[in-house]
Amino acid sequence: MTSSPVTRTSADTARAAVEVRLEGLSRHYGPVVALDHLDLTLQPGELIALLGPSGCGKTTTLRLLAGLEDADTGRITVGGRDLTRVSAAKRDMGMVFQAYSLFPHMTVRQNVAFGLRLRKVSAAQRDKRAIEMLDLVGLSTQADRYPHQLSGGQQQRVALARALAIEPQVLLLDEPLSALDAKVRAQLRDEIRRIQLDVGITTLFVTHDQEEALAIADRVGVMREGRLEQLAPPTEVYSRPATSFVAEFVGLSNRLAGEVRGGEVIVRGCRLPLVERDTPDGQVVALVRPEAVSLASNAPESEAGSGPLTGTVIAITFLGATSRVTVDLGDTRVMAQLPTSEASALAAGSRVVLAIRPDPVLVSAGADPAAAVAGEEA
Amino acid sequence: MAAVTALSEAPGAESAGRPRGMQARRRRRLNLFRYVVFTVFGLFFLVPLLAMARFSLEGATLGTWSLTAWKQIASYQGTGVPPLISSIEITLELAVITCAVMLVLLVPTMIWVRLRVRWLARTMEFLCLLPLTIPAIALVVGLGQIYNKLQHFSLSALMLFWVYVILALPYAYQALSAGLSAIDVETLSEAARSLGASWFTVMMRVIAPNMRQAILNALLLTASLVLGEFTIAFLLLYNNLQVELYSISRNTPNAGVLFSTSLAALLLTFVLLLILSYAGRRRRGRG
Repeated sequence: MTSSPVTRTSADTARAAVEVRLEGLSRHYGPVVALDHLDLTLQPGELIALLGPSGCGKTTTLRLLAGLEDADTGRITVGGRDLTRVSAAKRDMGMVFQAYSLFPHMTVRQNVAFGLRLRKVSAAQRDKRAIEMLDLVGLSTQADRYPHQLSGGQQQRVALARALAIEPQVLLLDEPLSALDAKVRAQLRDEIRRIQLDVGITTLFVTHDQEEALAIADRVGVMREGRLEQLAPPTEVYSRPATSFVAEFVGLSNRLAGEVRGGEVIVRGCRLPLVERDTPDGQVVALVRPEAVSLASNAPESEAGSGPLTGTVIAITFLGATSRVTVDLGDTRVMAQLPTSEASALAAGSRVVLAIRPDPVLVSAGADPAAAVAGEEA
Repeated sequence: MAAVTALSEAPGAESAGRPRGMQARRRRRLNLFRYVVFTVFGLFFLVPLLAMARFSLEGATLGTWSLTAWKQIASYQGTGVPPLISSIEITLELAVITCAVMLVLLVPTMIWVRLRVRWLARTMEFLCLLPLTIPAIALVVGLGQIYNKLQHFSLSALMLFWVYVILALPYAYQALSAGLSAIDVETLSEAARSLGASWFTVMMRVIAPNMRQAILNALLLTASLVLGEFTIAFLLLYNNLQVELYSISRNTPNAGVLFSTSLAALLLTFVLLLILSYAGRRRRGRG
């Protein structure tokens, strides 16, 4: 578990960023283990995204940190202060929820000023701060509207402004973008990151959307069954997944049968380096990223004389700048991600030859390669 | 011929036009049905009210009109019964007290159960709906024991509010429950808690204001129940408006005063309903 230096666009922080430390946190719901001795440290000003499938414990982690639930065991310290048994109201954390959480009977301005009112800030200062925060999220012109008069994206922006208005020590984001449409989600994601860097606040972001996590975070924590499988910068999680679960969950992976021999894995005649060099020799399933696969269209038209990497294009999916091409190799299918300009030269039914770039690959010993492509839009 | 040509030339337009025509016919039929239902039910409610108004405005001789019965509401004194105005006062006071007790008792309890002790929700629902299943006479037999111990006959009729709170519980509970279900109580309370709100603040400044309509509904139902309650008051020997009207009708029949007072009580309920509806519409329009 490495930490990366946190970059900031502005040092204009209202309050010094703090370190958040979760030590040995456990939480059970009856017989179900939601969190299993989790250790996680957020560096001051860092944004960590917790990523994982439903029920992996990411939201539980956030709720324990917020004080909305109590941990069975473990310790939570923020800026060196033990908050394990402190109530949510006294933790000084701003939180944005998955569901729209603005108070319906209050205007946008009143919503943002609510936390300040509880802190007995004078009316004039409250108003000034509320407008500042609304400026930050680009909604100061909507200050006198009611939540139902705003779009979903605007409501989440206001919720962010409200969470930041109290100058919290930590910002907690519980899938704040999941109820929004794709375009608004991408916009707001970038905005959250900009604001987080501007304010320089330590942030925990929970999501099940890998693209969101990889795009926004300083480090991504991939969780499974209440444990952290890997905590690393996004590029490392993607290109050097620590476990086959991470490789399968983060991005698409082709599962190809291969054989480990002498520190390499041989996949359909290609020698590929291993992520874990000490993998014992034997039959394995190699996880190969679609972007590591390239295609050439000079393959023989018939099956006769074709090699193990010759196949037939069966589908081309347009994704924008890139396209995903599915190739049938006879005994398995492989996905390749190509620039759309290259993919447009291909047609369904055409014969192609595959090449696999020799990036280090992860293998799972004895796994069943039947599911040819793992992590489909996980 | 022209029509045949047009049809053969534009079959699409014909098929598109037919459903539109059918829709319009269906809409007209539906509207007619609505008007008929509205008129029938309107008359069903309105005719007795008009008859009451007619009786209350009857003059000393047949065919003449007078406001005497309405003027007498404030001063009428039947034989062997307290002045009418005192029972009106008592009933209105009872309505206010019952509403206040209901509000203070039920709103925080229901929010608290919803937020903190959800496992108790079923039990609470059962207890609150229980009075619906108990006939008023059975309730009186049970309550009579308690009221006798309190020597209730020496106490004010205002003591009836305890029974009325129990009687109104099911209606108020249902109204408040519907209001609670309409808002995301958990998320709102967690959002408020994370901003530093105490549980009291969460209940009073975040959840309760969003239940305004439900609270108004609960209050209206409670007030209506109290204004129209007869059985319990009569059997426990208290004198509220309905008991007084009954006594007047038995001892000194005066149809004018009876109908003017009954109509006034009904009108008061309608006014409450209108206020409620107006407040709700204003809230929806604004919020």
